[in-house]
Amino acid sequence: MTKGWAIALFLLALGTLASLLIGVIDLSQDEIWQDGEALSILIISRLPRTIAILLTGASMAVAGLIMQMIVANKFVEPMTSGSGQSAALGVLIATFLFPASSLFVKMAIACLVSLAGTAGFLALIRKLPAHQPLMVPLVGLAYGGVIGAIVTFIAFHTELMQYLETWFNGEFSGILQGRYELLWLAGLLTMLAYLTADQFAILGLGKNVSINLGLNYKHITRLGLAIVSLITAMTVVTVGIIPFVGLVVPNIVSRWLGDNLRKTLPITAILGATLVLLSDLVGRIVRHPFEIPVGTIFGITGTCIFLWLLYVPARSKPQKTKPSMSGTAS
Amino acid sequence: MIRLSSVSHQIDGAKILSNISANIPKGQVTALIGPNGAGKSTLLSLIARLQGLEQGSISIDDLDVVTTPSDELARKLAILTQSNSITARLRVRELVAFGRFPHHKGRPNHKDLERIEEAIEQFDLGDLADKFLDEVSGGQRQKAFVAMAYAQDTDYLLLDEPLNNLDMASARNLMRNLTELAAQTGKTIVIVLHEINYAALYANWIMVLKQGQLIANGPAKEILTPQIIADTFGIEVTIHEIDGKTLVMHYG
Repeated sequence: MTKGWAIALFLLALGTLASLLIGVIDLSQDEIWQDGEALSILIISRLPRTIAILLTGASMAVAGLIMQMIVANKFVEPMTSGSGQSAALGVLIATFLFPASSLFVKMAIACLVSLAGTAGFLALIRKLPAHQPLMVPLVGLAYGGVIGAIVTFIAFHTELMQYLETWFNGEFSGILQGRYELLWLAGLLTMLAYLTADQFAILGLGKNVSINLGLNYKHITRLGLAIVSLITAMTVVTVGIIPFVGLVVPNIVSRWLGDNLRKTLPITAILGATLVLLSDLVGRIVRHPFEIPVGTIFGITGTCIFLWLLYVPARSKPQKTKPSMSGTAS
Repeated sequence: MIRLSSVSHQIDGAKILSNISANIPKGQVTALIGPNGAGKSTLLSLIARLQGLEQGSISIDDLDVVTTPSDELARKLAILTQSNSITARLRVRELVAFGRFPHHKGRPNHKDLERIEEAIEQFDLGDLADKFLDEVSGGQRQKAFVAMAYAQDTDYLLLDEPLNNLDMASARNLMRNLTELAAQTGKTIVIVLHEINYAALYANWIMVLKQGQLIANGPAKEILTPQIIADTFGIEVTIHEIDGKTLVMHYG
């Protein structure tokens, strides 16, 4: 366990360092350090971008995990099942109705619409037969697709098409100081999810067990709904939709360590941050000095990892664990 | 004591329970028996507030199940339902540990940890404790769920067909464990059973339901008569005393 943590944190630190150093402008030249330009690039561009990536990766992975627990299905994530598209609809409405409004107002509207959209998804899947779990992600994809189509339709008629790309295809190249700080709120919501990790894990044991253990099932579900919708809206407004993070990362961690969220939620966050960071770095390097959006890179790697998860069954390893209190005391 | 008064329940217009009034005694093992569709599971889930109570009232030691806060009831009563579809992938020990949640609310102390290990020991899960639930058999998973309910350490324990998937020895051991638990700690156990001889051997009290009606409720010896069993299940049986134990012959 401690070894896993050490490796994860080492990779994350390495990626963070690389993210600060790699970009269109080469920081290895001595002259730009002398006139202070390098420092301002770091502070205005590279550092905000790196922080934005880490916050987005961590919070999207956790939002996916929480959504999977509240809908009792491992194959959903907010970006593809309506929350992300609803958030985009929110920003679109805000941009059309109040073109001069601040980023904060746009985000507030995006949050509200995303909440409504996610609640709509929950209401839709409640009526699905419980014995057909694959219906849930399919309905999610269709639902997200319909809302996405509405967004495109409205954007087309209001001549706001040029904005669509920035919301639908997430990327970090536009992140600068002053334009990513909302993501800290997503980070705070991730912390809140960690504080209620036990409750969300119990939700994953089903409604009956939740009530039996004295949980207020409705309240916890609503809290989860709020965390998922708000994290999604903040991400869509600042960087755009990045699909698969919320799907792939929690499933990898679940395969590896299970779903005792008090233990696995921090690892889910770290792995989410690391994978998004690596995807963004690959996007920056492959066609240097041009960039490939992180969503594209993660889409390819994410799909491959997900197919692997679907086709390779979980294998139980020979037990080497000590008969210790691990998992209960942590 | 669990007090049921005038409890009725409908699901989609169909009457599941009609006007049940009964007391289930404290500190005893009560078997709840009856044919399929009698309303046994519905009754248990109403007592355990898993479904909203529509008509009548239910109280457990004077705690009304509708008005008492859910987390307080979670320290008074535990229920194990028949089917448990779980999304979370947990190890056996982690599942059992969640049984302590009503007591520690996320901060387990050493007493909680002791109880968890005791539950694992009690239900013979030591070798499986670090395995994931999807790596063990159906019967072993069932034992893990019973151990979780045991770890919850409540005065009242409701079990809906806990013998499902258990082999002969495990089923007998579980019934023995539960009877001893009631005898030694004064816990009240209500258990839905289909094998009537388990009820005959281990239960002190029997409650009989059929088509949502209460047919009988009383000490086991008084309830297990050929007449009541014929009225309830529509089969002829003979009842024998062998070595001081009651045997209901229903084969043939």
